[in-house]
Parts: sequence; C-alpha cells; structure tokens
Amino acid sequence: MSAEVFSLFYQFADVFAFLILSAAGLAIVFGMMGVINMAHGEFIMCGAYVTVGLVNLGVPLAIAQILAAVTAGLIGVLVEFLVVRRFYKRPLDSLLATWGLSLIVTQSMLLIVGSAVRGIGTPEGSFAIGDYTFSTYRLVLFGCAVAVLAGLYIIFMKTRFGVIARATMQNAAMAKALGARTGRIYAISFGIGTGLAGLCGALYAPTMTLIPTMGATFVVESFVTVVIGGANVLLGTAPAAVFLAMIRMALNASYGQIIGQIGMLVAVIVIIRVLPEGLSSVLVRRGR
Amino acid sequence: MNSGRKLGMVLLGAMLGTAAAMSVARAAEPPLKVGLLEDVSGDLAFMGMPKLHGSQLAVEEINKSGGILGRQIELIHLDPQGDNARYQEFGRRLLNRDKVDVLIGGITSASREALRPIVDRTSTPYFYTNQYEGGVCDASMVSMGAVPEQQFSTLIPWMVEKFGKKVYVIAADYNFGQISAEWNRKIMKDLGGEVVGEEFIPLGVSQFAQTIQNIQKAKPDWLLTINVGAAQDSFFEQAAAANLNLPMGSSIKVMLGFEHKRFKPPALNNMHATANWFEEIDTPEANEFKKRWHAKFPDELYINDMGYNAYNALYMYKALVEKAKSTKLEDMRKAIAAGDACIDAPEGKVCIDPKSQHTSHRMRLISVGPKHEVTVEKDYGVIQPYWLGEIGCDLTKKNEKDQYTPSHLPKKS
Repeated sequence: MSAEVFSLFYQFADVFAFLILSAAGLAIVFGMMGVINMAHGEFIMCGAYVTVGLVNLGVPLAIAQILAAVTAGLIGVLVEFLVVRRFYKRPLDSLLATWGLSLIVTQSMLLIVGSAVRGIGTPEGSFAIGDYTFSTYRLVLFGCAVAVLAGLYIIFMKTRFGVIARATMQNAAMAKALGARTGRIYAISFGIGTGLAGLCGALYAPTMTLIPTMGATFVVESFVTVVIGGANVLLGTAPAAVFLAMIRMALNASYGQIIGQIGMLVAVIVIIRVLPEGLSSVLVRRGR
Repeated sequence: MNSGRKLGMVLLGAMLGTAAAMSVARAAEPPLKVGLLEDVSGDLAFMGMPKLHGSQLAVEEINKSGGILGRQIELIHLDPQGDNARYQEFGRRLLNRDKVDVLIGGITSASREALRPIVDRTSTPYFYTNQYEGGVCDASMVSMGAVPEQQFSTLIPWMVEKFGKKVYVIAADYNFGQISAEWNRKIMKDLGGEVVGEEFIPLGVSQFAQTIQNIQKAKPDWLLTINVGAAQDSFFEQAAAANLNLPMGSSIKVMLGFEHKRFKPPALNNMHATANWFEEIDTPEANEFKKRWHAKFPDELYINDMGYNAYNALYMYKALVEKAKSTKLEDMRKAIAAGDACIDAPEGKVCIDPKSQHTSHRMRLISVGPKHEVTVEKDYGVIQPYWLGEIGCDLTKKNEKDQYTPSHLPKKS
C-alpha cells in the first residue's frame, strides 16, 4: 500500500517538475514581460547541448549544468539586445521574430552538430519500494523545480531588483521617470528567463535523446502552464503546474499517456474559457 | 530542358523497336530522374540522413559504371521535414512538375500512406525503403524493407521461448505502432501467450515515469518496444535509470534507430531485434559495402537498415528497368511477374515477390549486451514476404491498392 501512495507522489512530482522547469523561464519572459518567445524551446536545447558538450570534455555533471544555464542566460541577454528589445511595443511581431530565430537555430545546429548526439546517461541511482523501482534523479528534478520556485520568489519579492523589475513590467514609463534603468531591467529579466530555460534543458539532458528539435517537446507544456497560470509568476505558474500535474498524473495512471495528454489540454481549454486571465487572477484577487 | 526531354522521348520511342539503335541513342538521351523524399531535418532527421546518403552512394556508383540502360541518373532530393502535408506537396511536385521516372522515400508509415494515393493517380513506380507493419497490396509500390512475417514471426516466438509468455507493449500511436501491436496480439495468441499491457504513446512525448510504473505493475516477462522518434526513445534512458531491467524486443530498434550508438550503455542492454541489415554484419560483401559507405561519408554514426534499403532500392530499380528494357511501370511489373527480379545485395541475394511486390530478406536475430555490443543470436536464412500472397493479394492479377492487417483481410470473392 505504501508503495502505491509513494508511487502516486512520485508521478505527481515527476509531472510537476517537468511543467515547472519547462515553464519557469517562459513565465518571466511571456508571463511578466509579455514577449511571446517562440525560441523558448531552443534555449532549452541550448542548455542541454552545452551540458552534454561540457560533460564530454570531462566537466562534472552538476557544474556543467550550472554553466549551461549561465550560457543560455548570457545568450538570452544578447538576443534581448539584438532582437527582442525592438519588439516590446509589438508583441505579435515578437512572435514572428523569435519564431524565425528558432528556425535558424535548429537548422544551424543540425548543420553544425549533426542530427543526433550521443547521450551522457542519467546519474546512477535507483531505489525500490514494494514492486516498484524508482530513479533517484527524477526526485532531484523535483527538488530543483521547488528550488527554482523558491529562487524566483526571493528574487522578485525580496530583492531591490525584484521590486524595480515588477515596477518596470507594470508601468515602464513611470518606473523610468522614477529613475529605474528599464532597458537594463528588461535585459536582465529576459536573461533570467532564458537562463531558466537553459537550466531546464541542462537538467533533462541526461534523461533524453538530444536532437536539434528537442525543445519542441517542452514548448507546448510550458506555454500551456504559463497561459493558464496568468501573469503572476509565483501565484500563477506554481498552482497551474500543481493543477495540471494532478490531472495528467491521474489520467496517465488510469488510462495511459494519450488520455493523459488529451485530458490535460481539455482542462486547459476549460480554464481559459472560465478564467481568461488565468489562475493567478483569482488567487491574486483573493489575496488582496 | 523540357524540349530536350521531349526530343529524347521521341528518339527513345523511335528506337525502341530496333535493339541495335540503343548505343546510338545513348549520347542524346536525357538522364533518368529519381525523385527522393527523405527527412533530413525535424524529429526523424537522424534516421533520414543515412537514407539520403545511401541513395547518393548508389547513384554515384551506378553513374560511374555507366548508368541505367546507358542513361545517367539525376537524383532530385526534397526534404519534407517529417511533415505529412509536405510529403504530399513535394510528392505532387516531383511527380507532376519534375516528372520523375521513379519516386523513392518516406520514413513513417503515415508519410507513406499520405503519398500512396498521389502516386496511384500517376503511372510512376514508387519504392518504399523502410521496414514497416506490412500489408500494402499496391501495384505502384515496391517495398524494399522487411515486414512482420520476416520480423515478428521470428522475433516473438524466440522471445516467448527465451523469456516467457507475458509481454507488455509500448508503441507509437499511429498506423505503424497500432498495426504492429495487432500483429503482436495475433502471434501471441497463436503461441498461447498473454499481452499483459499495451500503451500507445503520442509522437513527441518524452516523459515515461508513469509508463515505467505501469509496466512494473503488469509484471511482464519482456517488453515489445515499438516507440518511434527521438522524443519517445528517451524511454530507454529513463527505464534504465529506474532500473526497470526487462528484456526487450523490437522491429525497429538497434538496426534502424541505432539507439545502442546514441545512448550511453547499458540503456539498451538486453534488446533484441530481427533485421535484414545492421552495421555489425560481418561478411565480406557487407564489409566491402561498409567500406565504400564510410569512405564517402566518414562522419556517419551508423549505417542503418533504412539507409541500406535505400541504397538497394536504386540497384533494384536498375535491375527492373534493365530487365524490362523500359522505365514504364507496366513493363517493370511484367518483369517482376516473371519472378526472378533479384539483386546481389550486401546481405546476400534479395528478390521481389511477384504477388506482393515485397522483398525477400535474409533475417538474423540480434541482441545487445551491457556494453552495447551486438551479437547474432540466430540466423533464419532467407524468408519470403509470404503473408500478402497467402491472404489473397496477387498483384499480377489484380491491383487492390489497399493495406491489409490481421483484422482487415481482403474480401473473399
């Protein structure tokens, strides 16, 4: 019996981690900044490839993963400066620009790195409860997801940067009038967002096949989580991930992956219909 | 270009009657156009790339040794990027605008079924070069790869005997996975075995923690893994990390997706497959072929069976055209109907079965060890693609243009 209970928790934690890690970066870039970043999946891919490249050079996995996230963040700052900066007032054009970027990046990776890269293998470690065996690394992923949420909370709610950033997102002109360097705030926020995308790729790199289009497997889930979460990163994305993870886990367990995926997307449609502003609109209102 | 081609056709037509005129016409004849549709970008690029390479290698070799009936081959490759709508668009373009003499390609069974109705409206021959779930009875199509009676009728009894009667199936959720699972049900029933679970996975799904637990709950003796694509292949890594540790069998792993080269050992440990080609085949003919391939494409990670079949397809086309002394589909079908349409392939002699237009293959059962070393467990010799003929498909008499499965058999007339 305890095996069944733990199994339920493990499955929930697994889906939750996948949703949070793939959506956290997008929650900042899309949820807060309003940039429809179609290249989100490519930042995830970047994190994964850098991780595998560094591990193959002999760098320990954990350090490679941190460096990969930092790399994705720095590339994000550069992309913000070169491309995204020009589209803050034209969100629909940002969709086209970042989509184009995504196409260029996947095709270039295909041409430069090739169609498949040898994987690095998941860190050893599994444990058994009852009839089931579990991979320890999946629990590490869950821990990372919780840590990412905690980190975001601290950065955006407890630091001076966070206050200014939130002020900038709410009213850039007013923040600028009060002396905030909004250009830099936008660049750093975008960098944090893409860095988190890179972290997602870095964390999932050992568990997946690496191909240039791998980001696509994360993108649907991440957009869905952010959209039903609404504008608030913490009060939106986290509850959205909990909610979707519960639905998906229950359906996956009883009816298999197809129904799990269909059920999750149906739930999303219902929520968007009932709460067009996302879950956070309700939670934030309650909180006030 | 077009007028030159017409001139060539007129010349060809005028001279067909007199065999002696062939050598005179040689210089004036335009090249044979081979249309090739293979994914070299998108989710299946890693499998499609060897298919393009195999075709390029065969074209280069055939052109160097004088072409087909003295005509050089011009390869026109388009990349449908794994998108079935693009397969149809590019298929129409090759058939109707470029007026290719033969169409080759398609990776997934979904792409083949998307192409087939378009090919059927023309009189252009079409070569499908993958192993697949079998059953296509269509005179326009020649199938070069292995089919269930060559792969599942060998593998599944072996797995049952060696590991036990309970199997769990994870399959990609489209026609290939669904029909392959149906084959498994039929063969398991005949063997008195039990399918303790079947899970169909949408393409693109990459997370398998729940699937792994469903498998552990069902307690199978072995797994049939017919999951498709890079995302779904993540199953192996995740199953290994969770220490699932079950024997696996498949009709597409190792020789086709070269997972044993792409994943870190021992993720593919204890995988078994039946194949007509895998790069580890160690015969003089196979080694000679591998040498030529790697000389032209030194970066190839693995020569997979799709790439190998794509290479054979051009030689089979050459053999058929030369036998028929014509590039017309009806003449080629007459050559096939004669029953001795064969080529000497790197695996050995392979022939086209006149009834189904599928290819005979020498099948071997291979297994993957903990260090991802590949060993041959059993050599079945040459197996004919007999199933379609047995259920009543006979393309020498009737073109049914249908795909049959164990639950969808031809109507008795």
